[in-house]
Amino acid sequence: MRIGINGTRRELTVPARELLLDTLRDRLGLTGAKRSCDVQVCGTCTVLVDGEPVSSCTYLTCDADGREVLTIEGFARSDEFAQFERAFVDRAALQCGFCTPGFMLTLKALRDAGELRDRDDVIAGLDGNVCRCTGYKSIVEAAEALAGEPAPAAAEARAGGAAASGSRDAA
Amino acid sequence: MSARPTADPTAAADRVGRSERRKDAGEKIRGRAQFAGDINLPRMLHGKVLRAELPHARIVSIDTSAAEAMPGVVCVLLGSELEHFDPYWGHAIKDRQILAVDRVRFAGEPVAAVAAEDEATAEAAVRSIVVDYEELPVAGTIAEAIADDAPPIHEGALRPGLFHGLGELAEREGNVCYRYRLDAGSVELAEAEAEAELTVEGEYEFPAVYQYAMETHTVVAEFGDGEITLWASCQHPFLVRAEIADLFNLPIGRVRVIVPYLGGGFGSKSYTKMEPITAALAWKAGRPVRIANRVDESMVTTRRHGMRCRMTTTASRDGKLRSRSVRLWLDTGAYADNGPRVCATAGDAAPGPYAWDAVHVDASCVYSNTAPAGSYRAFGAVHMQWIGESQIDELARRAGIDPLEIRRRNLLRPGQPVRPDGTGKPLDADLVGDVEKAAAAVGWDEPKGEWTGRGVSVGLLAAGAHPVSRANVRMEADGTVEVNVGTTEMGQGARTVMAQIAAQELAIDTDRVTVQGADTRFTPYDRSTGASRSTTLAGLAVQRAGADLRERLLKTAAGAWGVERAGLEVAEGVVRGAGREAAYPELIAERFGFVGGEVVGEGEVRPEQGSGSYAEGPVFWEICIAAAEVGVDPETGRVEVTRTATIADVGKAINPLLVERQDEGAVLQGVGNALFEEMVYADGVLTNDNLLDYRVPRIEDMPAQMTGIIVENADGPGPYGAKGCGEGAQAATPAAIATALADAGVPMNELPLTPERVWRRIQELQEAKSR
Repeated sequence: MRIGINGTRRELTVPARELLLDTLRDRLGLTGAKRSCDVQVCGTCTVLVDGEPVSSCTYLTCDADGREVLTIEGFARSDEFAQFERAFVDRAALQCGFCTPGFMLTLKALRDAGELRDRDDVIAGLDGNVCRCTGYKSIVEAAEALAGEPAPAAAEARAGGAAASGSRDAA
Repeated sequence: MSARPTADPTAAADRVGRSERRKDAGEKIRGRAQFAGDINLPRMLHGKVLRAELPHARIVSIDTSAAEAMPGVVCVLLGSELEHFDPYWGHAIKDRQILAVDRVRFAGEPVAAVAAEDEATAEAAVRSIVVDYEELPVAGTIAEAIADDAPPIHEGALRPGLFHGLGELAEREGNVCYRYRLDAGSVELAEAEAEAELTVEGEYEFPAVYQYAMETHTVVAEFGDGEITLWASCQHPFLVRAEIADLFNLPIGRVRVIVPYLGGGFGSKSYTKMEPITAALAWKAGRPVRIANRVDESMVTTRRHGMRCRMTTTASRDGKLRSRSVRLWLDTGAYADNGPRVCATAGDAAPGPYAWDAVHVDASCVYSNTAPAGSYRAFGAVHMQWIGESQIDELARRAGIDPLEIRRRNLLRPGQPVRPDGTGKPLDADLVGDVEKAAAAVGWDEPKGEWTGRGVSVGLLAAGAHPVSRANVRMEADGTVEVNVGTTEMGQGARTVMAQIAAQELAIDTDRVTVQGADTRFTPYDRSTGASRSTTLAGLAVQRAGADLRERLLKTAAGAWGVERAGLEVAEGVVRGAGREAAYPELIAERFGFVGGEVVGEGEVRPEQGSGSYAEGPVFWEICIAAAEVGVDPETGRVEVTRTATIADVGKAINPLLVERQDEGAVLQGVGNALFEEMVYADGVLTNDNLLDYRVPRIEDMPAQMTGIIVENADGPGPYGAKGCGEGAQAATPAAIATALADAGVPMNELPLTPERVWRRIQELQEAKSR
């Protein structure tokens, strides 16, 4: 199968039952996505597949054939990430850090989809991510800061008067 | 000479007391922080554990032939192969084997382990092992375990573990493995109770709950030539090292424990957990092995003790508290783990922060055929505070006094003894001032509607554990600094706080300081990361090490310049005085006559008087104070926590934002413990061993208003007057929610406060009223 991993095309041969989380962690050495609950509750294994957040612990790698997977390692290289870094680090919106990449990727997907406008969006949108350390308050504050800030690409697109294009808008 | 310093070491230049950025944030947000499960050694195998399905049974036979024949399986390990090691461990009581040999005592007990080339093969091999059991009678609850005809779960004398730390082990009575008793006061309890004008008594149930550190217990072990190396998700590397050395008959220095970042701890990774099995499997396999638990496995590795408790509190009509008597039983499961200490701490917390004419506490730690229970944030205090404080509120109601007022009249004052028998440290905090602040933050005097209640709770938690911590601070030739301290970074921000303390002592930017996790081969000894002790004790060791290093730099300058040390000082990365100044790297070059070398400062904390034992302690009393406002829906029984306030009475906040953030997390764990978390057992078998059926707080469960109040009276024994935090809010929150719910008209004697339980209680109360 062919799969885009953080912008690079990869040719992979994997067993049909292999989970995306195992492919990322064991085959590709991308350990930013973590395993915890195994039942799609905690969100610590969240990655984006074609811009949509998925729980990679219950997502078959073969279902990502022909799609683009974004993990925290890829996202951390983007210009947009600087906003996330400020939002989370300035507010100490992380403690053990095990869940943090999952929260960040979910928030990115929400914002790209235009579904990160206010506190209600934050609460509804982060329902699938568990954090045991922070009590969520700091994460909500970080997310609200991101909600009030356009993504750099979107800001550029608006400034140039061009129609924004991307997989999220098409979907 | 380098640029002149621009600032004096004044308040503005202080590195402590500032909300500096977390040192670990950059790695963590990028997914680069390494946890034990991210470690991949060459030739590393994957281990899986076969766990008993029955809660109590004799092992008749184990057939591993199918597993051993499976391609990819390297070895299968049974407990019988380890008997030459004397394979009993347990830091309080040596009561468990690495793998069960002839008998299993809880469903989930490790019976065999497999090492294979990949995890799926190991898992398949484990499933192919056939064990023939002969069932034994089960004591699955406290009632069953303390019944006269209870099946004995352990036989023979109790063997103390390496870190029992609670005095002589008494003779075992039935399934009780430890007992804590306290009898104190100016009058006899019977007399006080007989003469009491107001009496509140009740029976209470506290549920077993799961810490749910999101990272499950994970260990990588390599068993070399007479040497074991462990990369472990453990909070107490030095205690693990000692237990592993003891278990495998090795010198302490031949066991090396390396601790990466922990994905949460909360007590679940305290003491020894999966390290013995992983080390034994690596020994047999002759290759490195990683064991990473699934959540269901970690849920039978450790949990919080469930408890039954009877309490009676009396007062005079004017609300003067008179006496309290407490009988409690903690369910420690099939093996003691930290049960004895949890029991002693619960016994310590049972009287609450009040002065009594008579007080009696009798606490039993009870074996049962359930998975072992150990440490979880604020253990003992969280068990007792909601009960004691519920009774204080009931007395206030009967006396016609405001709950805040009854506390103003009765709370201990600074300097008064906390323990009713007068032993240990006296109170070192202003409880009345603290609880008033918390109450005000939830709108104590504001009008409230029907089915809305507000409550406060006050408690004290014996904190600090044993006061032994060492550290060193090393300055390299370029002036950068490394702090070597054994504190485990599990989210609390230890690496940031330790860096700030060292930076303060050396008058340099925190950016110049690095703090790594423990590697017991190089890191100085630290007892443990828990009991809110790290900033106070390990932080004090770092402060002393920093001061020692500073002194060495000053002496180097004095020697080089031929002047008296007394006239010199450090400021902003330089030593100056006697009309001269030099940056630290220049002094190091001067010292060694070469661009190289290093200067190391040492710091040590040990008991300043006596043995530092639990009975003489504690290191400090952690303040457990919260207020809450709740609304309850009488139609559904659903409780909503609308406002909370907690007090972080920390003496000095080294990093105020991290103090606040840690307490916010404690509040939500408290909300979970109060409202919905509960491990449900059927005949000793855990039935909700996954995150679908075991509900932890989600973002929607966050109270609309959470206020964290920091109190800094510089009255702690730690650096700059600091004392620990992070547990008090967890002990106090369920208690404040329970008292608030009682204020709304629904007093409860059982946690969690699930809608069904609350609704049934409302029906009961309404029926009683209409009768």
